[in-house]
Amino acid sequence: MDAMATRTLIDFRTDPTCYKHWRIEFDGPVAHLIMDVDPNGGLVPGYELKLNSYDLGVDIELHDAVQRLRFEHPEVGAVVLRSGKDNVFCAGANIRMLGQSSHGHKVNFCKFTNETRLSIEDATENSGQTYLCAVSGPAAGGGYELALTASHIMLIDDRKSSVSLPELPLLAVLPGTGGLTRMTDKRRVRRDLADVFCTTEEGVRGKRAVAWRLVDEVIPPSAWAETVAKRAREAAARSDRPRDAKGIALTSLERRIDGGSIRYLLVSVDCDSEKRRAVITVHGPTEPVPDSVDDAVAQGAEIWPLAMARALDDAILHLRLNEPELGLWVFRTEGDPAAVLAYDAFLETHATHWLIRETTHFIKRVLKRIDVTSRSVVALIEPGSCFAGTLAELAFAADRSAIFAGEASGDNKPPATLTLGAANFGTYPMGNGLTRLQTRFLGEPQSLAKAQTAIGAPLDAEAANDMGLVTFAYDATDWADEIRIMLEERASFSPDSLTGMEANLRFPGPETMETRIFGRLTAWQNWIFQRPNAVSATGALQRYGTGQQADFDRNRV
Amino acid sequence: MPDGMTIDYDGLIPNNVDLATDQRVRKALETWHPGYIDWWKDMGPEGFQQSLVYLRTAIGVDPKGWAKFDYVKMPEYKWGILLAPAAEGRTIPFGKHKGEPAWQDVPGEYRAMLRRLIVVQGDTEPASVEQQRHLGATAPSLYDMRNLFQVNVEEGRHLWAMVYLLHKYFGADGREEAEELLQRRSGNQDTPRMLGAFNEATPDWLSFFMFTYFTDRDGKMQLEALAQSGFDPLSRTCRFMLTEEAHHMFVGDSGVQRVVERTVQAMQQAGITDPTDIASVRALGVIDLPTIQKKMNLHFSLTLDLFGNEISTNAANAFNAGIKGRYREDKLDDDHALIDATYPVLRCIDGQIVEQQAPALSALNMRLRDDYVKDCESGVGRWNRVIEKAGFGFRLKLPHVAFNRAIGEFAAIHADTEGNLLDGTAWNERKGAFLPDDADAAYISSLMVPVHETGKFASWIAPPRVGIDNKPGDFEYVQIVQ
Repeated sequence: MDAMATRTLIDFRTDPTCYKHWRIEFDGPVAHLIMDVDPNGGLVPGYELKLNSYDLGVDIELHDAVQRLRFEHPEVGAVVLRSGKDNVFCAGANIRMLGQSSHGHKVNFCKFTNETRLSIEDATENSGQTYLCAVSGPAAGGGYELALTASHIMLIDDRKSSVSLPELPLLAVLPGTGGLTRMTDKRRVRRDLADVFCTTEEGVRGKRAVAWRLVDEVIPPSAWAETVAKRAREAAARSDRPRDAKGIALTSLERRIDGGSIRYLLVSVDCDSEKRRAVITVHGPTEPVPDSVDDAVAQGAEIWPLAMARALDDAILHLRLNEPELGLWVFRTEGDPAAVLAYDAFLETHATHWLIRETTHFIKRVLKRIDVTSRSVVALIEPGSCFAGTLAELAFAADRSAIFAGEASGDNKPPATLTLGAANFGTYPMGNGLTRLQTRFLGEPQSLAKAQTAIGAPLDAEAANDMGLVTFAYDATDWADEIRIMLEERASFSPDSLTGMEANLRFPGPETMETRIFGRLTAWQNWIFQRPNAVSATGALQRYGTGQQADFDRNRV
Repeated sequence: MPDGMTIDYDGLIPNNVDLATDQRVRKALETWHPGYIDWWKDMGPEGFQQSLVYLRTAIGVDPKGWAKFDYVKMPEYKWGILLAPAAEGRTIPFGKHKGEPAWQDVPGEYRAMLRRLIVVQGDTEPASVEQQRHLGATAPSLYDMRNLFQVNVEEGRHLWAMVYLLHKYFGADGREEAEELLQRRSGNQDTPRMLGAFNEATPDWLSFFMFTYFTDRDGKMQLEALAQSGFDPLSRTCRFMLTEEAHHMFVGDSGVQRVVERTVQAMQQAGITDPTDIASVRALGVIDLPTIQKKMNLHFSLTLDLFGNEISTNAANAFNAGIKGRYREDKLDDDHALIDATYPVLRCIDGQIVEQQAPALSALNMRLRDDYVKDCESGVGRWNRVIEKAGFGFRLKLPHVAFNRAIGEFAAIHADTEGNLLDGTAWNERKGAFLPDDADAAYISSLMVPVHETGKFASWIAPPRVGIDNKPGDFEYVQIVQ
């Protein structure tokens, strides 16, 4: 059975009362994020999630838990990832699930799990919420990849527990959820040892795991509980998160799907399957900025930047997984640019407050999702829109953008403008470590400097075009036709080549671990996922568990 | 020059594998040897290392040669490397390489799999010696003490057998694993043995008999499956180990039977008609049948866990690769490939125990376990005949396979010994009725007093019908030197 073919709607919204696979236990400033996968709780029928193996459903809960720990628990300074099962930490992605999934599902699953793992590292780096990992029982494949997201990996030295990346020898695929990259780029494991490790099915345990830098320490069982607790307390003590603050509730996100129309409070999506296009409209703020940061906390999840980001995040995930044929996303905005800038200013003023910090980092992550989405993205800057500051990032994230020049007849909407804000110059770095404007102007530093001088000034079509901030400017005479032709043309190209081209053009400049994960590791993985050695009826993924070895085409390509 | 049948006793290590001309392996084993002797002295039978024990030592690997009896101090026992004779022109009997010549060297692609199987098997051998090391002090007779030590030295030899394979065929990794086999300790929190049942204590002699009956029988099944291996040195090693393992089965089988015999005899003599009248039976200084049943329940269920998950990719891989076969593979009449075959497996679906057909390759653990359960029944039948002949209605019975499990399908549920599901509360309430509790343990422990006089036996166990090596009843099987 094919997960995508059934078109079961995959819902990314969940909360701890619905978790099947995770639980969170709190111990003052330490939270224990415990993986205890329900073997019968798979997202679709056809496989059992044995040995703490996971599918997208398990990861959706993990993603939710990580998010909630950040927003709902300012008092938590350290999170310990651990297993709720006695004999296994985590066996990685479920092989039967991979075997029965379409290529598209595998790719999307992998992308989401990668994003979730990066969000764990983001919490450690930017939120003062340090993730540690307590590996008891084997951590194999995706299980070790999950452990790799932690800043400190502890392995119980019980002669049974091990870490391994057995994908290559066992399944003829790669440890594609960041495994190869984190090993070399994050933990700086020597490449030849990494080579040995990744071809040794049973992995490495005990002191060798430390010597090879695969884990940070091994701990005898008699000292296990105590040492894990101690490391967690130490990490929590280093946190700058406020112990006495109260978190906000990430309340259930309201969403209405009606045919091709998806409505959130602040985001609307209009799907047109015939034109293979989704128009995503983000609504600017209508409420004034809070009087104080306390007021912002009181508003909780309702405050505009957070509510907008949550809706946009869900819309992106929903469209990626559930609407694979809508290959073109058109970003629009509606609202008052000044109001957006006012919120940006509020976020900047209170940048060090825990909730504000979480909010901007969340927006950063949502924007990064767009960067790695395999859809053509076009931003249309029209009269009445509010591409300012934070929302201007949508235009810079797009593969191309067009701004409406002059006034539209018979329309009393304010003219289209693009307004830069401080937020465009450092708040929301891409995976390559640069801002979208830095990336855009990689070859023209003068343009970047000039843009900086324009902060706060609404730029009309001509100015925006002159400054290289948009791709096209069309006036009323041309707009409708030019846009129609552009979108129709775009939707006509091969989806594969577009995905490949966009993924290349979006990330010029320096490589980071993150860009290497998405651009190198997953690209190779996705190639392997298409190859008969992995996925044909006699390939390793299909043969896994049957006892029969795969038949390989021995030609090196 | 050994012909593979006689054993070379000239060197430090008796062997029939031509160690004299295999410098590399001989050196490796001689390097390992002192560590082994240290381990034996530290962790082998406590308190009787200087005693002279009437032990059998193999002097040849043919049926006539492998049982020569003499008095020996255990640390001076001739542990050696003994392989069953090579079968001329042997081919791989099953899996995808079926019909190809059996491997005399490890195929690179199966190296890790083979090493893992050998290490796990090897780990159980010293483990049981460690588990049983205190039992000498409470032996119910010199006969039993000798049997215990025979089992112990042979488990030690089985460790040698596995270590030889590791040294000979697995290079530096193999040597490292061989070293670790001496480092792990049964029941130690920090350095436990690899399998659960081998970290449980063997606190008393009834446990010892149950262990040798049930748990060593798992060893037998594993050895039987490995004896079929396409990797010929492993096959030959295991074939010879099985001849020794048979004695361990005998110790357990006859041991439990003698306990049962003594119990029914005492009941008859005292005129007790109700075997479940535990207090009255215990007043006779024998072990009541319900407690024997509880011990069976414990050891049987712990041992079932050793068979692993019912559905197992590792087992499927090992079979298809020609590494580990089925019980008596050579006697089975099918294609020995099992690609399209199915096998019925008991599974736990939505909290219910149901039988499902599963791919036969994936279900090999289940199949071996089924064969094991059948094999267990034979002894239970014999024990029951003793009870029946004595005129009691009580019958011992193997518990349901779902009972008291920590690994596999039934790990997540509780079931009684009949296989009826119980919730957590019911389980906690009734657990004491199924498994030995503290009071049972204390009672059995109170019976564990040593009997060192030749020909005498503790109150709770009957003498054997026949002596070892046909020795008379008053033979001094152990000359105790403290």
